Amino acid sequence: MLALTITRLQLQELLRRRLFLVLLLLTVVVIALTTWGFSRIPSLGEGQARPISDVQRAAVASQLLILVMFMFSFVLAFSAVFAAAPAISAEVESGTTLAMLARPITRLEYVVGKWLGLVATVLIYAIPAASIQMVLVQIVVGYSPPHPLEFLAFVIGEAIVVLTLSLLLSTRFAGMVGGVSGLILWGLAWMGGIVGGVGLVFDNATLTHVGTASKLILPTDGLWRGAVWSLEPATLIAAARAAGVAAAANPFFAADPPEALYVVWCVLWILFVLAIAVWSFTRKEL
Amino acid sequence: MIDAPAIRTQELAKRYGSITALAGLTMTIPRGDIFGFLGPNGAGKTTAVKLLLGLTPPTAGHAEVLGAAIGDRDALRRVGYLPELFRYQSWLSAREVLALHCELAGLDRAAWQREIEDALAIVGLADRGSGRVGTFSKGMQQRLGLGVALLGAPDLVVLDEPTSALDPVGRHDVREIIRGLGERGTTVFLNSHLLSEVEQVCHRVAIVDRGRVVAEGTLDELLGGDTVRIRVTDLDRAAKTGLSRFGQLDDEGEWLVIRGIDTERVPELVADIVRLGGRVHAVEPRHESLEDRFLRLLGQPN
Repeated sequence: MLALTITRLQLQELLRRRLFLVLLLLTVVVIALTTWGFSRIPSLGEGQARPISDVQRAAVASQLLILVMFMFSFVLAFSAVFAAAPAISAEVESGTTLAMLARPITRLEYVVGKWLGLVATVLIYAIPAASIQMVLVQIVVGYSPPHPLEFLAFVIGEAIVVLTLSLLLSTRFAGMVGGVSGLILWGLAWMGGIVGGVGLVFDNATLTHVGTASKLILPTDGLWRGAVWSLEPATLIAAARAAGVAAAANPFFAADPPEALYVVWCVLWILFVLAIAVWSFTRKEL
Repeated sequence: MIDAPAIRTQELAKRYGSITALAGLTMTIPRGDIFGFLGPNGAGKTTAVKLLLGLTPPTAGHAEVLGAAIGDRDALRRVGYLPELFRYQSWLSAREVLALHCELAGLDRAAWQREIEDALAIVGLADRGSGRVGTFSKGMQQRLGLGVALLGAPDLVVLDEPTSALDPVGRHDVREIIRGLGERGTTVFLNSHLLSEVEQVCHRVAIVDRGRVVAEGTLDELLGGDTVRIRVTDLDRAAKTGLSRFGQLDDEGEWLVIRGIDTERVPELVADIVRLGGRVHAVEPRHESLEDRFLRLLGQPN
């Protein structure tokens, strides 16, 4: 299967071009800093009349972890977009594809190979980075999120969604166009989620529908809510429930995990966009 | 199909919107030919190559490469291609690029090592095989591209302007490589705007202009072999005039040019000159140069 040849080549490129190395070094720095920050939580309230309780500590740690992981998911999505946006277009522009695609390899194999390489990159980076962060938080604060595996799945799913979209754009547009468009759409979907939440709070059907539509059109924010949910301790969810729907507009809160049907939709969405990318590149004149 | 021609096209055409890149290309290139596809920039040469390799679909017409329809995977396994825009993965070494193409071409893994070393040696990169392509000069990258096109001893090698980045030594090397391919019976499709290059290596030539083939044939057919130049001294004007029965005479001082002469009569002409008291220093059959013919076909004054 020549697609795997392209996958290997894609991984090799990311490693040799040091994108990976830079990302890893920065991640180590960020993890070190945040871990130091987390390690200060138990000392909060020291020297005051009331030291913080275990529940408070878990609440602070979980909120902080959600913020850190939001940044992580942003970096992951950002990197995925910028790795995918030029993945095909740069090779077409430079002429690299001419020599390659005159070989007995189909465009389908080429695009799927690129996609698999990018997905593998996301997995190789995201799983260790997020796991190490969660383990360190567990060690220094004694807090571990209730659904770590689900968290990984949701945040990686989010990255794969934007990566697939960027790869589709890469079949037709220059890397810069694909990269900027990918990020703007990602940002729009995030705001779409907030708009939908505001609609819920104020019982406004139009706004709610905007939120739902944006969740379906680009399911990054929907998956992000799943990631948030995976990080929240049950006590926090219970407290927010008591507060009513007001919490719905908070992009760093989710009362419920995404429905199974929504997860299925996300998988179909990814496959559908990948299929369009293959179709688009098959029709591309080189 | 062993007997099928290397390339056969029938009214092959390509339009980009309102621009006609190639208008009705019909040609047959037999196996083992070194075929020159010659034309000015923008004549449609590269478009023709891209159509033949299935990199872009034709708007009309039909073509077969090695007896199979365009883009056929088995046929593509037996084709080597050096694009005009030659670029290879800059983060790979030359050997790795060649290995990648061995893999894409579906060559037997056991043969890779030998194929790679052979290709590096042929194109003169034997001592740079481990170097990163990104550090190579343009000329070295073009040599590498030629090596890529030669992997696996393909039946058809398509070279699109293969010497555009090379110095005179490199151009000489490429001509030798093409001749070597011809001796092995490999069909070579050579795209070029360099007349001398085509003139020196090709058996047959098609001249293409504005998307159309304006002339096609062997070099002899295209250029004609009916002119002879003779360097002669001690021959007076009257005697020279008497030679006009052999053809149209052009007196260039020491050199006499006789056009439209039947080449069989050249010895007779020389004998006549000697009999008339002339001393013959040199006899050169002269073709119309490809350049003259080219310019004439393109309707430009020489």
